[in-house]
Order: sequence, then C-alpha cells, then structure tokens
Amino acid sequence: MTLSRRHFLILLPAAAVAWKSVLAGSPESAPNYQMSDHWWGMLIDIPKCIGCGNCVRACKAENDVPDGFFRTWVERYHVTDENMVNPEVISPDGGKEGFPAAKEDAGKYFFVPKLCNHCADSPCTQVCPVGATFVTPDGVVLADQKYCLGCAYCVQACPYGCRYIHPEKKVVDKCTLCYHRITKGLTTACAESCPTGARQLIDLKNPKDPIHEFLKTHSVQVLKPQMATGAKVYYNDLDGSVR
Amino acid sequence: MGGMNHFKDAGHLYRFAALFVIAFLAFLAIRGYVVPPSFGKYGHYRAAAIAEVASRPVQYAGHEACEACHSDVLDMKNAGKHAHVNCEACHGAQSQHAADPGTVTPAKLDTAALCVRCHAASAARAKTFPQVNVEKHSSGVSCETCHKPHSPAIDAGGAK
Repeated sequence: MTLSRRHFLILLPAAAVAWKSVLAGSPESAPNYQMSDHWWGMLIDIPKCIGCGNCVRACKAENDVPDGFFRTWVERYHVTDENMVNPEVISPDGGKEGFPAAKEDAGKYFFVPKLCNHCADSPCTQVCPVGATFVTPDGVVLADQKYCLGCAYCVQACPYGCRYIHPEKKVVDKCTLCYHRITKGLTTACAESCPTGARQLIDLKNPKDPIHEFLKTHSVQVLKPQMATGAKVYYNDLDGSVR
Repeated sequence: MGGMNHFKDAGHLYRFAALFVIAFLAFLAIRGYVVPPSFGKYGHYRAAAIAEVASRPVQYAGHEACEACHSDVLDMKNAGKHAHVNCEACHGAQSQHAADPGTVTPAKLDTAALCVRCHAASAARAKTFPQVNVEKHSSGVSCETCHKPHSPAIDAGGAK
C-alpha cells in the first residue's frame, strides 16, 4: 500500500495522540487496590476527642504541611448558657500544641477536629477552570498540583475552609485523606496517631466496615448539611452550635 | 472535460474547504500535543494525578509494622489502659525505623512533656478521661517514676 501525502497528513495527528498515550502508560497503582471497591470518608467521635493535637502534628509530619497552614486542625468550642448562637471558638496554631486548660465554669466545652470533608458533590471541584481538582472514583477530593494555576477559586468555594495556596509552590494544597496511605492498606496519619480513636477512616463501600452499624445506632451529622455538598466526614454527637 | 469545467466553477469552494480541513487538522494536532494523555479517563481531570498523589512516601509506618518486632511491648500494652493507643501516637512517625531498624533508632521520649498532652486536667476534656492537676499530682516527680507508659496503672509492674 502506498501512502499518499494527503493520507499521511491526515494520519499524523492521530498517530501523535496514540504515541502520547503509549509514552504515558497506565497510571501506577498499589497492587490489589481497586478504586471501584472503595468510597472513603472519616468518622469523628466528638466525645472522644481530648484536644491533644496529635492529629495536627501527625498530618504535618506525614504531608510536609507548611507552618501556619493546616490540612487538619482542631477547634475548641465553649458554649455558655446565655450564648448558644455565637459560642467562643479557639484554635491556637490549629491546636498543634494542644489547648490551654479550661477552667470549670458555666457552659460546656468540646473539641471539633476539622479536615477536608471529601464531598461527593464538592463545590471546590465545580469551580476549577482547568480540571485541577476532582473527586477520585474512590471518593477522595484531590488536587493536581502540576495542573493547578493557583487561581484560588476553589479556596473561596470550599464552605469548610479546608484549602490554602501553598506558600512556596503557589498552587492549591489540601488534605488528601492520606491517599498515599489508604491505597496501601494503612489508615490516615491523623487516625493512626489519635490516642483515643476519635478519628476513624471509614470505607462506605465495604459492607464489613463497622461504620454501617455505628450510623444506625448513633446520632451522626455532617457539617453544613444545608449546602448539600455530600460531605463524608461524619461527626458523632455534634453540637448544634458548630457551624 | 465536463469534470474540468466542474472544478473550474467550484474551485474557490474546494480551496476554502481545504483551508478548513487544514485548520481542523492543525487544531487536532495541537490539542493532541497539549492535552495530557490521561485527561478525561475518569472525568474532567488528569487521571495520572491520582497515581502521583498516591506515590508520596509513607511516614507513619502503621501499627502492624510495630507488631512485627515488638511483641513484648505489645503484650504489656495490651494488658493495660493504653491498649488502644497506637505506638506512633507517642513515638511519632517511624517508617524509617521500620525500614532500617539497625541504623535508625527512635528518639527517647520525655514523659514530662508527653503525658500532660493528654492527661493535664482541663474542663474541656470528658469527665471520664483520666486527668491530673500537674502541679498538685506529682510535685515535679517525673511520670514514669510511678507509671510505666506502656501499662500505666501503678500496680502494673514491668520495666517499660
């Protein structure tokens, strides 16, 4: 068969596309890990949290999070009898070094650990103009730092304040739910280091995960349910004053 | 000759169509070059980014890695109140130690700083969680004089 110049020119772009995909290969993944078998989230058991800051330090060590920025942090609420609407909330250095001792007085105290809610219908992924942030097939919201422009639309769109622009890379950075760990069969760094089990990685697609029984028998909420983000960080015994 | 006449009449259209085809092919070529190959595999994003995020090295080795060697400490810990506290909750990230136990040795911990992180009295902590007023409780005596961290009850005995 002879190839005319016309046919050669027609085939050239198609060949270029085919060659690019040959060069790229298939994405490398951990052995035996199937994205379609998982739907990740996290359970936070508020009464178990003692505000030690282990999770915040572990997250920084595991993910090399820059000083002054947080992929996870802990807030301490103080709700008094007179002020249910605007409780006092503190989070000194994200709770990294713990909290000052609270004196016994009126009202109640509790800790609220926060992190990316890994929303199924995430506002942050919807506003990205270049497709640099997305929900993976196993339900984790990730950022593509090679593709991100650093426009920070997603930082504004996140209703939970879970994103920041990395001060050196100048692109978005956020909690990955320790994607490099959970795809290898480990739990997240924050859950691994939590001394009281207040944080637990959950897999909603795993029928044997104790989360299913837990959700049936406990009063569990997500943050800002009215925004219909499909948040998958579940809070047990969450106080109504938490926004 | 009829064909020639036909071409003569429609020549300006063919030339225009040819320009259009060339522009379209150029668009395809440029698009093929600038759009990453894995873009669109799972959605409107670069699928290869998933593997890039997943390739990050692990720092916290995980409880199972500790269990492989430290069964003696584990037995002691499982018998006491710290049974549910993972090793790296206090000892910190130890994947380098787990990968090369001979050369990388975990730092000795300072119980004076470590224990109070969880056990200093605070009204913000659950009433059922064991807490002490640090000044009144030990008057400066270090915690491990009485409590062995892996099994902290005073009558638990043991050397660790």
